[in-house]
Amino acid sequence: MSFWTRHQIFEKNSIILVAGILVVIAIGGLVEITPLFYLKSTIEVIDGVRPYTPLELTGRNIYVREGCYLCHSQMIRPLRDEVERYGHFSLAAESMYDHPFQWGSKRTGPDLARVGAKYSDEWHVTHLTNPRAIVPQSVMPGYPFLAKTELDPDAIADHLKANRAVGVPYTDEQIANAAADLKAQADPDSAGTDAFAKRYPRAVVRNFDGKGGAPTEMDALVAYLQMLGTLVDFKLYNEKANLR
Amino acid sequence: MQQVQSTKWMTHGEAGLTLFFTVAAFFCAFAAAKALDAPFAFHASLAAVASAAAAFAIVNRYFDRPAALPPQEINGKPNYNLGPIKFASFMAMFWGIAGFTVGVLIASQLAWPWLNFDLPWTSFGRLRPLHTSAVIFAFGGNVLIATSFYVVQRTCRARLAGDLAPWFVVLGYNFFIVVAGTGYLFGVTQSKEYAEPEWYSDLWLTIVWVVYLLVFLVTVIKRKEPHIFVANWFYLAFIVTIAVLHLGNNPALPVSVFGSKSYIAWGGVQDAMFQWWYGHNAVGFFLTAGFLAIMYYFIPKRAERPIYSYRLSIIHFWALIFLYIWAGPHHLHYTALPDWAQTLGMTFSVMLWMPSWGGMINGLMTLSGAWDKLRTDPVLRMLVVSVAFYGMSTFEGPMMSIKVVNSLSHYTDWTIGHVHSGALGWVGFVSFGALYCLVPWLWGRKQLYSLKLVNWHFWISTIGIVLYISAMWVSGILQGLMWRAYTSLGFLEYSFIETVEAMHPFYIIRAAGGALFLIGSLIMAYNLWMTVRAGEVELAAPLALQPAE
Repeated sequence: MSFWTRHQIFEKNSIILVAGILVVIAIGGLVEITPLFYLKSTIEVIDGVRPYTPLELTGRNIYVREGCYLCHSQMIRPLRDEVERYGHFSLAAESMYDHPFQWGSKRTGPDLARVGAKYSDEWHVTHLTNPRAIVPQSVMPGYPFLAKTELDPDAIADHLKANRAVGVPYTDEQIANAAADLKAQADPDSAGTDAFAKRYPRAVVRNFDGKGGAPTEMDALVAYLQMLGTLVDFKLYNEKANLR
Repeated sequence: MQQVQSTKWMTHGEAGLTLFFTVAAFFCAFAAAKALDAPFAFHASLAAVASAAAAFAIVNRYFDRPAALPPQEINGKPNYNLGPIKFASFMAMFWGIAGFTVGVLIASQLAWPWLNFDLPWTSFGRLRPLHTSAVIFAFGGNVLIATSFYVVQRTCRARLAGDLAPWFVVLGYNFFIVVAGTGYLFGVTQSKEYAEPEWYSDLWLTIVWVVYLLVFLVTVIKRKEPHIFVANWFYLAFIVTIAVLHLGNNPALPVSVFGSKSYIAWGGVQDAMFQWWYGHNAVGFFLTAGFLAIMYYFIPKRAERPIYSYRLSIIHFWALIFLYIWAGPHHLHYTALPDWAQTLGMTFSVMLWMPSWGGMINGLMTLSGAWDKLRTDPVLRMLVVSVAFYGMSTFEGPMMSIKVVNSLSHYTDWTIGHVHSGALGWVGFVSFGALYCLVPWLWGRKQLYSLKLVNWHFWISTIGIVLYISAMWVSGILQGLMWRAYTSLGFLEYSFIETVEAMHPFYIIRAAGGALFLIGSLIMAYNLWMTVRAGEVELAAPLALQPAE
């Protein structure tokens, strides 16, 4: 019986055909995905990488909501020009708490993986409100509504809880104080900043949108942008630690 | 008043679905009242209204219908079920025009950013998923559902399985599109490319998709032909694999069951790999396998020639579905994904060139002995040119997956150009060709209203595609080279914004190309409309006698 005759078993039995399809398509995915949950290089832990603060997480959700990832990558490749333009190439650990990841696939605008602390808060606020006020050739949309939209701090605790359920190690204390921490990070004069700094060491406390009053979406987004790529101190980073 | 016959009963499907939709209407109304955010309230209300309308429509249909369900056969000939196919064909054309229009708008936004209007729901970041989903899932999806329901009935010589189920599939799928699309405008998104719909849309799609698989599979099972026709293998692979990909990529935990926001189960590098395993195979199985099924039915049918090689189609099928699944990591070259995975992705992408061209050869050579028809039949020309575009993009794709090439092309417009040579040239044209065939068949018309208009559509759209992809080639390669250019002193030569400025003329050309493609589709819509409205009715019974392939 030739190969072609044998193949008739698939052509004459729909269930066998479906089973064949399932087996054939399962192989590639299993081989490529499963090891990523075990390999040292993809589950490495690096000093400095921490979960997002409530304000940063809120900012990140705005980044997702507005589809920023469609024009900005957050993944610096180990190529000479990219490392010189953007900074140290991105490490897997730097996005380990990202649900979902924001590596992106297109650079209509520049990579943002290490945009944190490169520009002033005021630059970001002006630029987000009207990009062409700062960069005349820019094709980025303006987001003037961010500064006008106030946040609801009480909603954020549930977001931390959901993140913990999918693997981000928020503590009970961080969840219980989420709303207070959100307000404290955007208000350096408030009483909560010390407690906040204890819960999120080295996180920056500033009035990000430069305005008084309740924290806005602009506060949150700028807080997120200003921390991007700043968690790992590459003067101390041991790149040999994960070699085998 | 009409006397209801005592023997007339609701079928299990009618009773079950009425109950399901009634419960769903109350549940959704409750969810709308409890909603935490405005988009969720809107979607829940929409679902409540749609569920109530569905329950009403089912009961209404029950009272109107005769006691017996439509027969499986009439005079020994299969009694084909064409209603849901007509609906899906109409929606395909509608969503196609909507999706192309949004495409032209966002292309123009990149050339003239004031078109974003500084409003949340008109900015590029929210409209871009609307464009991609409208063309891939709304236009492409409706074409696939329409053609698969048509082809599976014809080639199995059996009526579509289920009474309400086919309607549930087409209406449920289009409801998913409405929820997903309006969600994007409100900023409801998972931010996973081509899998942006949030958790509740994903759950609904899962239900619809399982019913789609069952309708298709059961129709295949009750076939009157001993063999399953090759197009149906591809449709099955498409339906089954999309289900697997959808479930693998989308597990998410909602923050609240009364809110739209969720967090995806996977994080960081694992999420990236899941995403592009999904993303590339949405291309491989949605935009390729499904449309290859169209190729394997509509080209032989239109050319009135058998498929070139049956053995080649066997090899084509298994090699294509086996190799495609591996190709995802080529979207993640030089990222934090381990090197071995990137290399595997590249290797399999290069190998994928072979079955892709095997399929192309099988499609093109089907015209052996009928090449003269290309001169006289613009519909066949459209189908054949689509296969030529398929060949071009499936050469370009493996080339771009090679790591050194990718280091230049990745993150640039070259990728956008590549996608559109496949999407406009292959998926677009093969869908147009299939709809040009299908509409006269479905509505029992002798022929299209005007072949001349098809010719206009073909040429206007082809010029549009050529403008689009050549503009993107130039801008992509130009920007890639500018990013890595160094001065003689060893400094980066260009700031990022200088490379953005250099893109401007090509963005204008691209928008013009897209506009031509849109104009072509408007001509098509007019032509199809006139075919249905004013076309000459075919006298010979068109539905029963054509043999299965």
